[in-house]
Amino acid sequence: MNKFITLLTIFGVLTASALFAQDIATLRNGVEISKQEKSQPIPNPIKDDIKVGRNYPMQPPIIPHNIRDYQVDLNVNKCLSCHSRNRISESQATMVSVTHYMDRDGNFLAEVSPRRYFCTQCHVTQHDTKPLVENDFIDMQKLIAIRAEKAK
Amino acid sequence: MKNLIVKYWQILRKPSVHFSLGFLTLGGFIAGIFFWGGFNTALEVSNTEAFCISCHEMEDNVYEELKSTIHYTNRSGVRATCPDCHVPHEWTNKIARKMQASKEVWGKIFGTIDTRDKFLEHRLTLAQHEWARLKANDSLECRNCHNFEFMDFTAQGKRAVQQHSTSLANGDKTCIDCHKGIAHQLPDMKGIEGWH
Repeated sequence: MNKFITLLTIFGVLTASALFAQDIATLRNGVEISKQEKSQPIPNPIKDDIKVGRNYPMQPPIIPHNIRDYQVDLNVNKCLSCHSRNRISESQATMVSVTHYMDRDGNFLAEVSPRRYFCTQCHVTQHDTKPLVENDFIDMQKLIAIRAEKAK
Repeated sequence: MKNLIVKYWQILRKPSVHFSLGFLTLGGFIAGIFFWGGFNTALEVSNTEAFCISCHEMEDNVYEELKSTIHYTNRSGVRATCPDCHVPHEWTNKIARKMQASKEVWGKIFGTIDTRDKFLEHRLTLAQHEWARLKANDSLECRNCHNFEFMDFTAQGKRAVQQHSTSLANGDKTCIDCHKGIAHQLPDMKGIEGWH
Protein backbone atom coordinates (compact mmCIF):
# COMPACT_ATOMS: atom_id res chain seq x y z
CA MET A 1 0.00 0.00 0.00
CA ASN A 2 2.79 2.37 1.02
CA LYS A 3 4.68 1.62 -2.18
CA PHE A 4 1.58 2.41 -4.21
CA ILE A 5 1.17 5.82 -2.54
CA THR A 6 4.83 6.65 -3.16
CA LEU A 7 4.53 5.71 -6.80
CA LEU A 8 1.37 7.71 -7.15
CA THR A 9 3.01 10.76 -5.56
CA ILE A 10 6.03 10.52 -7.85
CA PHE A 11 3.75 10.20 -10.84
CA GLY A 12 1.76 13.21 -9.67
CA VAL A 13 4.86 15.35 -9.16
CA LEU A 14 6.25 14.39 -12.54
CA THR A 15 3.01 15.23 -14.34
CA ALA A 16 2.72 18.51 -12.51
CA SER A 17 6.32 19.50 -13.24
CA ALA A 18 5.83 18.60 -16.89
CA LEU A 19 2.78 20.86 -16.98
CA PHE A 20 4.61 23.68 -15.18
CA ALA A 21 7.61 23.30 -17.46
CA GLN A 22 5.40 24.27 -20.36
CA ASP A 23 4.19 27.31 -18.45
CA ILE A 24 7.71 28.40 -17.62
CA ALA A 25 8.63 28.33 -21.28
CA THR A 26 6.24 31.21 -22.12
CA LEU A 27 8.99 33.83 -22.12
CA ARG A 28 10.75 31.76 -24.75
CA ASN A 29 7.57 31.51 -26.80
CA GLY A 30 7.67 27.75 -26.52
CA VAL A 31 11.04 27.52 -28.23
CA GLU A 32 12.98 24.48 -27.05
CA ILE A 33 15.75 25.10 -24.58
CA SER A 34 18.29 23.67 -27.01
CA LYS A 35 17.30 26.13 -29.73
CA GLN A 36 18.01 29.81 -30.08
CA GLU A 37 14.95 32.02 -30.24
CA LYS A 38 14.91 34.77 -32.83
CA SER A 39 16.00 37.84 -30.92
CA GLN A 40 13.71 40.82 -30.54
CA PRO A 41 14.85 44.38 -31.22
CA ILE A 42 16.04 46.17 -28.09
CA PRO A 43 13.41 48.78 -27.17
CA ASN A 44 14.34 52.40 -26.50
CA PRO A 45 13.92 53.94 -23.07
CA ILE A 46 11.10 56.45 -22.77
CA LYS A 47 12.62 59.92 -22.30
CA ASP A 48 9.75 62.37 -22.53
CA ASP A 49 10.42 63.90 -19.08
CA ILE A 50 6.77 63.45 -18.15
CA LYS A 51 6.03 62.21 -14.64
CA VAL A 52 4.46 58.75 -14.62
CA GLY A 53 1.66 58.01 -12.13
CA ARG A 54 2.23 55.74 -9.16
CA ASN A 55 0.33 52.51 -8.74
CA TYR A 56 0.51 52.69 -4.95
CA PRO A 57 1.72 55.42 -2.59
CA MET A 58 5.06 53.81 -1.75
CA GLN A 59 6.01 53.10 -5.34
CA PRO A 60 9.42 54.49 -6.26
CA PRO A 61 8.83 56.99 -9.05
CA ILE A 62 9.73 55.96 -12.58
CA ILE A 63 12.70 57.68 -14.27
CA PRO A 64 11.29 59.55 -17.30
CA HIS A 65 14.63 60.08 -19.04
CA ASN A 66 17.54 58.17 -20.47
CA ILE A 67 20.15 57.04 -17.95
CA ARG A 68 22.62 55.44 -20.33
CA ASP A 69 26.15 55.42 -18.86
CA TYR A 70 25.08 57.17 -15.66
CA GLN A 71 27.84 56.37 -13.23
CA VAL A 72 26.66 55.41 -9.76
CA ASP A 73 29.44 53.93 -7.68
CA LEU A 74 31.72 54.57 -4.73
CA ASN A 75 33.19 57.65 -6.42
CA VAL A 76 30.22 59.46 -7.91
CA ASN A 77 26.49 59.39 -8.25
CA LYS A 78 25.41 60.97 -11.50
CA CYS A 79 21.74 60.96 -10.46
CA LEU A 80 22.48 63.00 -7.35
CA SER A 81 24.33 65.61 -9.40
CA CYS A 82 20.82 66.84 -10.27
CA HIS A 83 18.46 65.28 -7.73
CA SER A 84 20.30 65.86 -4.43
CA ARG A 85 19.15 68.60 -2.06
CA ASN A 86 22.10 70.89 -2.87
CA ARG A 87 21.69 70.61 -6.61
CA ILE A 88 17.98 71.03 -7.30
CA SER A 89 17.90 74.82 -7.35
CA GLU A 90 20.30 74.80 -10.26
CA SER A 91 19.04 71.70 -12.01
CA GLN A 92 15.31 72.20 -11.34
CA ALA A 93 15.01 68.45 -10.93
CA THR A 94 12.82 66.70 -8.37
CA MET A 95 14.59 66.31 -5.04
CA VAL A 96 15.04 62.75 -3.82
CA SER A 97 12.44 62.13 -1.12
CA VAL A 98 13.29 62.98 2.45
CA THR A 99 13.29 59.30 3.37
CA HIS A 100 16.55 59.00 1.45
CA TYR A 101 18.21 61.24 4.02
CA MET A 102 17.13 59.02 6.93
CA ASP A 103 19.00 56.10 8.39
CA ARG A 104 17.02 53.00 9.29
CA ASP A 105 16.24 54.34 12.75
CA GLY A 106 14.61 57.42 11.28
CA ASN A 107 17.42 59.86 12.11
CA PHE A 108 18.06 62.54 9.51
CA LEU A 109 21.50 62.68 7.95
CA ALA A 110 23.26 65.50 6.11
CA GLU A 111 23.77 63.37 3.02
CA VAL A 112 21.82 60.69 1.25
CA SER A 113 21.88 57.57 3.38
CA PRO A 114 24.16 54.80 2.08
CA ARG A 115 21.23 52.38 2.08
CA ARG A 116 19.44 54.62 -0.45
CA TYR A 117 22.49 55.48 -2.53
CA PHE A 118 22.06 53.05 -5.41
CA CYS A 119 19.17 54.64 -7.28
CA THR A 120 18.47 51.92 -9.82
CA GLN A 121 17.85 49.42 -7.04
CA CYS A 122 14.36 50.92 -6.89
CA HIS A 123 14.04 53.49 -9.67
CA VAL A 124 13.94 52.33 -13.25
CA THR A 125 13.36 53.71 -16.71
CA GLN A 126 10.51 52.39 -18.84
CA HIS A 127 10.89 51.06 -22.33
CA ASP A 128 8.74 51.65 -25.33
CA THR A 129 7.61 48.06 -25.73
CA LYS A 130 4.81 45.56 -25.16
CA PRO A 131 4.98 43.76 -21.80
CA LEU A 132 6.05 40.13 -22.07
CA VAL A 133 3.59 39.13 -19.37
CA GLU A 134 0.19 40.68 -18.94
CA ASN A 135 -0.24 42.64 -15.74
CA ASP A 136 -3.47 42.21 -13.80
CA PHE A 137 -2.57 44.64 -11.01
CA ILE A 138 -5.58 46.54 -9.65
CA ASP A 139 -5.16 49.91 -7.99
CA MET A 140 -6.25 49.80 -4.36
CA GLN A 141 -8.62 52.71 -4.79
CA LYS A 142 -10.37 50.69 -7.46
CA LEU A 143 -10.56 47.75 -5.03
CA ILE A 144 -12.15 49.97 -2.42
CA ALA A 145 -14.63 51.23 -5.00
CA ILE A 146 -15.51 47.68 -6.02
CA ARG A 147 -16.02 46.72 -2.39
CA ALA A 148 -18.22 49.73 -1.77
CA GLU A 149 -20.22 48.85 -4.85
CA LYS A 150 -20.72 45.29 -3.57
CA ALA A 151 -21.79 46.49 -0.11
CA LYS A 152 -24.65 48.48 -1.59
CA MET B 1 84.01 75.05 -25.66
CA LYS B 2 83.84 78.70 -26.65
CA ASN B 3 86.54 78.13 -29.28
CA LEU B 4 84.56 75.29 -30.78
CA ILE B 5 81.45 77.46 -31.17
CA VAL B 6 83.50 80.28 -32.70
CA LYS B 7 85.12 77.81 -35.14
CA TYR B 8 81.78 76.44 -36.35
CA TRP B 9 80.34 79.94 -36.62
CA GLN B 10 83.20 80.92 -38.89
CA ILE B 11 82.62 77.87 -41.10
CA LEU B 12 78.95 78.81 -41.39
CA ARG B 13 79.81 82.38 -42.32
CA LYS B 14 82.20 81.38 -45.16
CA PRO B 15 80.86 80.94 -48.67
CA SER B 16 80.77 77.38 -49.96
CA VAL B 17 83.92 76.31 -51.80
CA HIS B 18 82.91 72.95 -53.28
CA PHE B 19 79.12 73.11 -53.79
CA SER B 20 77.29 75.28 -56.26
CA LEU B 21 74.67 77.77 -55.16
CA GLY B 22 72.05 75.82 -57.15
CA PHE B 23 72.90 72.58 -55.37
CA LEU B 24 72.72 74.19 -51.97
CA THR B 25 69.43 76.00 -52.51
CA LEU B 26 67.66 73.22 -54.42
CA GLY B 27 69.19 70.49 -52.25
CA GLY B 28 68.17 72.41 -49.15
CA PHE B 29 64.67 72.82 -50.49
CA ILE B 30 64.27 69.12 -51.32
CA ALA B 31 65.80 68.01 -48.02
CA GLY B 32 63.41 70.41 -46.31
CA ILE B 33 60.44 68.74 -47.98
CA PHE B 34 61.67 65.34 -46.85
CA PHE B 35 62.29 66.40 -43.29
CA TRP B 36 59.04 68.28 -43.01
CA GLY B 37 57.08 65.45 -44.58
CA GLY B 38 58.74 62.92 -42.32
CA PHE B 39 58.07 65.04 -39.28
CA ASN B 40 54.44 65.54 -40.15
CA THR B 41 53.91 61.86 -40.95
CA ALA B 42 55.43 60.87 -37.62
CA LEU B 43 53.26 63.48 -35.92
CA GLU B 44 50.12 62.13 -37.54
CA VAL B 45 51.03 58.54 -36.68
CA SER B 46 51.26 59.60 -33.04
CA ASN B 47 47.81 61.10 -33.52
CA THR B 48 45.95 57.86 -34.11
CA GLU B 49 43.99 55.70 -31.74
CA ALA B 50 46.10 52.69 -32.66
CA PHE B 51 49.15 54.58 -31.40
CA CYS B 52 47.41 55.64 -28.16
CA ILE B 53 46.30 52.15 -27.24
CA SER B 54 49.60 50.57 -28.14
CA CYS B 55 50.39 51.29 -24.48
CA HIS B 56 48.55 49.01 -22.07
CA GLU B 57 47.95 51.95 -19.73
CA MET B 58 45.58 53.41 -22.30
CA GLU B 59 44.19 50.18 -23.72
CA ASP B 60 43.27 48.57 -20.40
CA ASN B 61 41.91 51.62 -18.65
CA VAL B 62 40.54 54.55 -20.59
CA TYR B 63 39.96 52.78 -23.91
CA GLU B 64 38.07 49.95 -22.23
CA GLU B 65 35.83 52.50 -20.52
CA LEU B 66 35.22 54.41 -23.72
CA LYS B 67 33.90 51.31 -25.46
CA SER B 68 30.51 51.29 -23.75
CA THR B 69 29.85 55.00 -24.23
CA ILE B 70 27.99 56.81 -26.96
CA HIS B 71 31.22 58.28 -28.31
CA TYR B 72 32.33 54.79 -29.28
CA THR B 73 29.17 53.04 -30.37
CA ASN B 74 25.88 54.62 -31.42
CA ARG B 75 23.06 54.48 -33.94
CA SER B 76 24.79 56.38 -36.75
CA GLY B 77 28.27 54.90 -36.40
CA VAL B 78 30.09 58.21 -36.19
CA ARG B 79 32.66 57.89 -33.47
CA ALA B 80 35.34 59.86 -31.71
CA THR B 81 38.83 58.45 -31.43
CA CYS B 82 41.28 59.45 -28.69
CA PRO B 83 42.95 62.36 -30.54
CA ASP B 84 39.60 63.82 -31.61
CA CYS B 85 39.04 64.91 -28.03
CA HIS B 86 42.51 64.91 -26.51
CA VAL B 87 44.67 66.59 -29.16
CA PRO B 88 43.92 70.08 -30.50
CA HIS B 89 43.29 70.08 -34.24
CA GLU B 90 44.89 73.43 -34.92
CA TRP B 91 48.62 73.19 -35.66
CA THR B 92 50.18 75.54 -33.08
CA ASN B 93 48.12 74.15 -30.23
CA LYS B 94 48.75 70.64 -31.45
CA ILE B 95 52.52 71.13 -31.26
CA ALA B 96 52.16 72.73 -27.84
CA ARG B 97 50.17 69.71 -26.64
CA LYS B 98 52.68 67.31 -28.18
CA MET B 99 55.48 69.05 -26.31
CA GLN B 100 53.51 68.68 -23.11
CA ALA B 101 53.11 65.02 -23.95
CA SER B 102 56.82 64.51 -23.38
CA LYS B 103 55.86 64.31 -19.72
CA GLU B 104 53.60 61.41 -20.64
CA VAL B 105 56.59 59.67 -22.23
CA TRP B 106 58.41 60.18 -18.93
CA GLY B 107 55.45 58.67 -17.14
CA LYS B 108 55.46 55.69 -19.49
CA ILE B 109 59.18 55.05 -18.99
CA PHE B 110 58.98 55.22 -15.21
CA GLY B 111 55.64 53.39 -14.97
CA THR B 112 53.70 56.16 -13.22
CA ILE B 113 50.37 54.49 -14.01
CA ASP B 114 51.46 51.02 -15.10
CA THR B 115 48.95 49.22 -12.86
CA ARG B 116 45.21 49.73 -12.45
CA ASP B 117 45.67 50.83 -8.83
CA LYS B 118 48.27 53.43 -9.76
CA PHE B 119 46.03 54.65 -12.55
CA LEU B 120 43.05 55.05 -10.21
CA GLU B 121 45.27 56.89 -7.75
CA HIS B 122 46.23 59.39 -10.45
CA ARG B 123 42.84 59.57 -12.12
CA LEU B 124 41.66 62.77 -10.42
CA THR B 125 44.87 64.63 -11.29
CA LEU B 126 44.80 63.41 -14.88
CA ALA B 127 41.13 64.27 -15.25
CA GLN B 128 41.68 67.72 -13.80
CA HIS B 129 44.33 68.42 -16.42
CA GLU B 130 41.85 67.62 -19.16
CA TRP B 131 39.03 69.61 -17.55
CA ALA B 132 41.34 72.60 -17.18
CA ARG B 133 42.41 72.36 -20.81
CA LEU B 134 38.84 72.11 -22.10
CA LYS B 135 37.64 74.87 -19.79
CA ALA B 136 40.44 77.14 -21.03
CA ASN B 137 39.74 76.62 -24.73
CA ASP B 138 35.93 76.75 -24.30
CA SER B 139 35.60 73.01 -24.98
CA LEU B 140 37.08 73.41 -28.43
CA GLU B 141 37.51 69.68 -28.98
CA CYS B 142 33.81 69.10 -28.22
CA ARG B 143 32.83 71.92 -30.51
CA ASN B 144 34.87 70.52 -33.39
CA CYS B 145 31.91 68.18 -33.87
CA HIS B 146 29.13 69.61 -31.70
CA ASN B 147 28.64 73.05 -33.17
CA PHE B 148 26.41 75.30 -31.07
CA GLU B 149 25.35 77.32 -34.13
CA PHE B 150 23.71 74.26 -35.63
CA MET B 151 22.06 72.83 -32.52
CA ASP B 152 18.34 72.34 -33.07
CA PHE B 153 16.71 72.99 -29.71
CA THR B 154 13.40 71.63 -30.97
CA ALA B 155 15.04 68.25 -31.44
CA GLN B 156 16.52 68.26 -27.94
CA GLY B 157 14.94 67.03 -24.75
CA LYS B 158 13.35 69.54 -22.39
CA ARG B 159 16.17 69.30 -19.90
CA ALA B 160 18.80 69.75 -22.59
CA VAL B 161 17.08 72.83 -24.02
CA GLN B 162 16.84 74.35 -20.55
CA GLN B 163 20.61 74.13 -20.07
CA HIS B 164 21.78 74.80 -23.62
CA SER B 165 19.57 77.80 -24.34
CA THR B 166 20.63 79.61 -21.17
CA SER B 167 24.03 78.94 -19.64
CA LEU B 168 25.68 77.55 -22.74
CA ALA B 169 24.21 80.18 -25.06
CA ASN B 170 25.35 83.15 -22.97
CA GLY B 171 28.79 81.67 -22.40
CA ASP B 172 28.42 81.20 -18.63
CA LYS B 173 29.17 77.55 -18.99
CA THR B 174 31.07 75.47 -21.48
CA CYS B 175 30.47 71.83 -22.45
CA ILE B 176 32.90 70.31 -19.96
CA ASP B 177 31.27 72.08 -17.01
CA CYS B 178 28.35 69.67 -17.16
CA HIS B 179 29.53 66.84 -19.38
CA LYS B 180 32.33 65.47 -17.25
CA GLY B 181 32.86 61.74 -17.41
CA ILE B 182 30.93 61.16 -20.63
CA ALA B 183 33.67 59.10 -22.21
CA HIS B 184 35.55 57.73 -19.21
CA GLN B 185 34.68 56.91 -15.63
CA LEU B 186 34.95 59.58 -12.99
CA PRO B 187 37.15 59.71 -9.90
CA ASP B 188 35.79 60.74 -6.51
CA MET B 189 34.13 64.06 -7.32
CA LYS B 190 33.89 65.39 -3.79
CA GLY B 191 34.36 69.16 -3.80
CA ILE B 192 34.12 69.53 -7.56
CA GLU B 193 31.61 72.08 -8.79
CA GLY B 194 28.30 70.61 -9.85
CA TRP B 195 28.64 67.37 -7.95
CA HIS B 196 26.62 66.73 -4.80
